[in-house]
Amino acid sequence: MDLINNLSLGFGVAFTVQNLMYCFIGCLLGTLIGVLPGIGPVATIAMLLPATYALPPVAALIMLAGIYYGAQYGGSTTAILVNLPGESSSVVTVIDGYQMARKGRAGPALAAAGLGSFFAGCVGTLILAAFAAPLTEVAFKFGPAEYFSLMILGLIGAVVLASGSLLKAIAMIVLGLLLGLVGTDVNSGVARFSFDVPELTDGIGFVVIAMGVFGYGEIISNLSTPEHEREIFVGKVTGLMPTKEDFRNMIPAVLRGTALGSALGILPGGGALLAAFAAYTVEKKTRLRPGEVPFGQGNIRGVAAPESANNAGAQTSFIPLLTLGIPPNAVMALMVGAMTIHNIQPGPQVMTSNPELFWGLIASMWIGNAMLIILNLPLIGMWIKLLTVPYRWMFPAIVLFCAIGVYSTNNNTFDIWMVGAFGVIGYAFAKLGVEPAPLLLGFILGPMMEENLRRALLLSRGDWSVFVTRPLSAGLLAAALLLLIIVLMPAVKSKREEAFVED
Amino acid sequence: MKIKSQKDFFSGLMFTIVGAAFALGATTYTVGNGARMGPGYFPLMLGILLAILGAVILFKALVVETADGEPIGKWAFRPLVFIILANLLFGVMIGGLPSVGLPAMGMILGIYVLTIVSSMADGHFKLKEVLILATILSTASYLAFVVLLKLQFPVWPTFITG
Repeated sequence: MDLINNLSLGFGVAFTVQNLMYCFIGCLLGTLIGVLPGIGPVATIAMLLPATYALPPVAALIMLAGIYYGAQYGGSTTAILVNLPGESSSVVTVIDGYQMARKGRAGPALAAAGLGSFFAGCVGTLILAAFAAPLTEVAFKFGPAEYFSLMILGLIGAVVLASGSLLKAIAMIVLGLLLGLVGTDVNSGVARFSFDVPELTDGIGFVVIAMGVFGYGEIISNLSTPEHEREIFVGKVTGLMPTKEDFRNMIPAVLRGTALGSALGILPGGGALLAAFAAYTVEKKTRLRPGEVPFGQGNIRGVAAPESANNAGAQTSFIPLLTLGIPPNAVMALMVGAMTIHNIQPGPQVMTSNPELFWGLIASMWIGNAMLIILNLPLIGMWIKLLTVPYRWMFPAIVLFCAIGVYSTNNNTFDIWMVGAFGVIGYAFAKLGVEPAPLLLGFILGPMMEENLRRALLLSRGDWSVFVTRPLSAGLLAAALLLLIIVLMPAVKSKREEAFVED
Repeated sequence: MKIKSQKDFFSGLMFTIVGAAFALGATTYTVGNGARMGPGYFPLMLGILLAILGAVILFKALVVETADGEPIGKWAFRPLVFIILANLLFGVMIGGLPSVGLPAMGMILGIYVLTIVSSMADGHFKLKEVLILATILSTASYLAFVVLLKLQFPVWPTFITG
């Protein structure tokens, strides 16, 4: 009955007028920015983060979670209507969703995505609530060696998902770890790699990296590709309700997607993207019912399954963050940053020391999902209008939000110079074909990894075998090794490359 | 020796140089040993690792055949320069440049400058449109960030507000 008690505590926190409002604003803003093509959840959260600075911690996190879901939802709207994935996890939604829209069935496609996501979100929230407490127990058994190995597993997991070269993705993680070390070393007080710049002794701000690389870097690469005529289905969205036949096809797909998404989301490095790919592949493998539209030509299952999966995955990927304090992907890395700004150290202690925050956040996730359904389906006309706004009016606004956001983090112009530099670096990354997401993850984990490595080796008196002699740690490292071996197997390797071609 | 993948060649080069630089920098701090790690230990390890990874990527770029040579392609200097310049000018406007005695001009003027300069990143610059956009953005930002969220910004030039 703990679960019920905890959840009611959570709903008590979340159902205050103030928190409901922040949840709503978060969802609205997230959808607003998420609908814009080419702006993924990472850039959206980074951009909107400053809007939460002035709020109390619970409200800020609730709003951020709302922004995250909103951005995900907005991304699928763009995928269906414009044939452009707003973010990587809706890449597969594009395939069948856009075909449905072309056949005049944009309404049912959007409804399938929305209802599927809502159902998946509910299940994900329940799983999160149920697993959080026992996992936190496990987390308290973790020593520094286990944490270090867990982070290795998380980073390897994240790399496995990066599209393109595995080697380059690992190199980006290491680069991220190194950038994370810039600033004062907590143990010795030595300012590392700061070049006697006083602002650098505090380290590089993660907002600066996120906005520079993801915000400016993306705008510059978007502008450098000539604007092709986008086909947008304005005014064609009539009749949102899927037919009975649609529902019959949809429901099993949603169930399968939710199950897959929930499971994959928990894995370190897993999360929304892998979940969506896996769900679509599973649907494609199942037999078509007589009279059903083939995949790739507008099958509603091809929308419902990946959308449910990515939402369930998005939900359960909060589990490693909230219980272990380890972000499994770039979005969660941003959440860690946001929590730190509000003086909350993510980890197992949050649940005991800050139960209102913990359970309030979980409850508000469910509320956020409900709000998104209300927000998205009736307001779809508004989002479509937004899609017709020319990009030349849009991008100066995005540049402005990035600049204001960066400045307001510390009220310091030094951050603005830094974000400019990282914008150039981000564009260079795009040109060189290296993915920036692993960099951000490494950046957040850098100081944590060093600290745990240092402690683990201090306890073992410098003996490196501690990582393989402690059973939990050895298991985690073995899992990481297994992941690497699986990805490097020739059969999987070619499949993986195939899967990312659609990117 | 011919470069088989331009993207990999230059990214490998970048990782090697950056890794080596970090490793070299780390040696100027106390490195220590496993049991008593100094501030240089972890960065030294990572720097060496990055340099090795970069070297492997570099080597592969010279050896493994690719279909089209994976060219980096043309750099889009126009958006790059104008977007970054808009950002930097916004910083100058909001903070001023004390080193040359330029006072802070505040957020509102900063938004106009940022909007005008960043709009030039795209080939279709129309001054009237851009000015309307800047007016909308500055009004909205003032209401959202200053009035509603109460963030601390210098809104107007310091020589007016004092």
